[in-house]
Amino acid sequence: MATTTAIDFTTVKLDAPLQLDSGRDLAGVEMAYESYGELAADKSNAVLIFHALTGDQFVAGTNPVTGRPGWWERMVGPGKPIDTNRFHVICANVIGSCLGSTGPASPGPSGQPYAMEFPVITIRDMVRAQMAMLDALGIARLHAVVGGSMGGMQALSCAANFPERTDRVLAIATTARHSAQNIAFHEMGRQAIMADPNWQGGSYYDGVAPAKGLAVARMAAHITYLSEEGLTEKFGRRLQDRPDGTQGAKSFGFDADFQVESYLRYQGLSFTDRFDANSYLYITRAMDYFDLAEEAGGLLADAFRRAKDTRFCLVSFDTDWLYTTADMREVVHALNAVAAPVSFVELSAPYGHDSFLLDVPALDRVVEGFLG
Amino acid sequence: MIGLRPDLAKIAEHVPGGARVLDVGCGDGTLMAELQGGKQCDARGMEIDPDQVAMAVSRGLSVVQGDANRDLADYPDGAFDVAILSQTLQTAQRPDWLLEQLLRVGREAFVSFPNFAYWRMRLALLHQGRMPISRHLPGSWYQTANIHHLTIADFREFLAQRGVNVSGSWFFANGKEIGGGNANWRAEHAVFQLSR
Repeated sequence: MATTTAIDFTTVKLDAPLQLDSGRDLAGVEMAYESYGELAADKSNAVLIFHALTGDQFVAGTNPVTGRPGWWERMVGPGKPIDTNRFHVICANVIGSCLGSTGPASPGPSGQPYAMEFPVITIRDMVRAQMAMLDALGIARLHAVVGGSMGGMQALSCAANFPERTDRVLAIATTARHSAQNIAFHEMGRQAIMADPNWQGGSYYDGVAPAKGLAVARMAAHITYLSEEGLTEKFGRRLQDRPDGTQGAKSFGFDADFQVESYLRYQGLSFTDRFDANSYLYITRAMDYFDLAEEAGGLLADAFRRAKDTRFCLVSFDTDWLYTTADMREVVHALNAVAAPVSFVELSAPYGHDSFLLDVPALDRVVEGFLG
Repeated sequence: MIGLRPDLAKIAEHVPGGARVLDVGCGDGTLMAELQGGKQCDARGMEIDPDQVAMAVSRGLSVVQGDANRDLADYPDGAFDVAILSQTLQTAQRPDWLLEQLLRVGREAFVSFPNFAYWRMRLALLHQGRMPISRHLPGSWYQTANIHHLTIADFREFLAQRGVNVSGSWFFANGKEIGGGNANWRAEHAVFQLSR
């Protein structure tokens, strides 16, 4: 975490404690956010983007933590589908995360990091924090909320719980409920973190972070973000060059022989430089608890009763097996039941769940067209 | 309504202003845009082709990608004042099911289809002995999307058997409206306004 503490995050402190779904209050919440493009005098052009599990507020431009382009650089910027010449785009780090917003690594009441004393949060709690942040920024109503994956869950939750805050909801590659399979993958990741001896019951902030566990969690999750077709195309069964320069030979050992192994190891390790293991536990838990129908008493349509005048656009990808077209159709069905104006399209893209972040021109057209 | 296909222009003309409309097989949303812009309708669409859906969404329309043969069942009873099925009935897997669904989700329905008994078709079949290919029914027998050919007489009988009311019918040949006399001979395609 040393690399991130040097960064000067833009933050806003929430006035009132957040009342959480768990029944607990979270006081002194700070929200780290970035904004792009001018806010119109009548404040009518604000677009709030919700990031995914391991995302952050640096949606466009250069991410000061990684030095790499923002995670949705291809979608957000001047002249891009979410055009910052027209829209005032806001993106905040979710609570529970580790890029400047209050999370398990933040100092708790004792002055020490919360660690596992941090309250378990939900997707709705994340949205509550974002709405309180908008209050602090003086923005009452948004032109649109936009999000992919966990960001899409927040977009749907925002529509269900705060329909008065937005005219449009654009939810991409997401679901209204975490399935048993989704929960299972997350549990595997959490167990990997908690099995790392460095985890120390979550109180590792004075010592060595459980990087091995977190890397394994990330490796497993990363597989779920890609399609079999995409992996085969990118790596197939190709072998790595050996350290001594020989090509394409099996080691008859347990080095990363296959390119796909090497890729996953790199994904796992590079992730541990920028992400806090406890944040990973808390955010995956929030996603697992997500079930909009359950929140509304069992019927998904009831969740959207107050959002019947909100315009929705839902997008899924044909190769996404994490949050499928069938998941999205359930949301479409519920929105039809309350007669909300909804658009839905399943786009064809080879990259699996990650398609929403990658080069899919049809997505650009839909996003641009829907935002109007 | 310049630029709309004649059957769509006729439908647009007869949809009441401000109506809640579902256009099944809406394509890129040309008719929806007309109804929404010109008649202040609340128009929704269903379309199976994702590129067409993307096009319609990019025009600011509310269109759901779906297969009418299956997904029409997702809409509640009477969800719309008007349900529209233009040039799609003959492509349906179960035209009878589709029509029932149309009259369930819409209080009123407009249906347009090509008339297989148009005299040029009859002549082509008589003279050549092969499945006719025309402007409204392009494509060879093995590649055509039109898997349930019907005639105006077939459709009238079908409606009568099911007790469906016909509150309007219009007929077209060579891109122009023609009178209703001998329509089953003379019309290239037809538009029906239906209700339960």
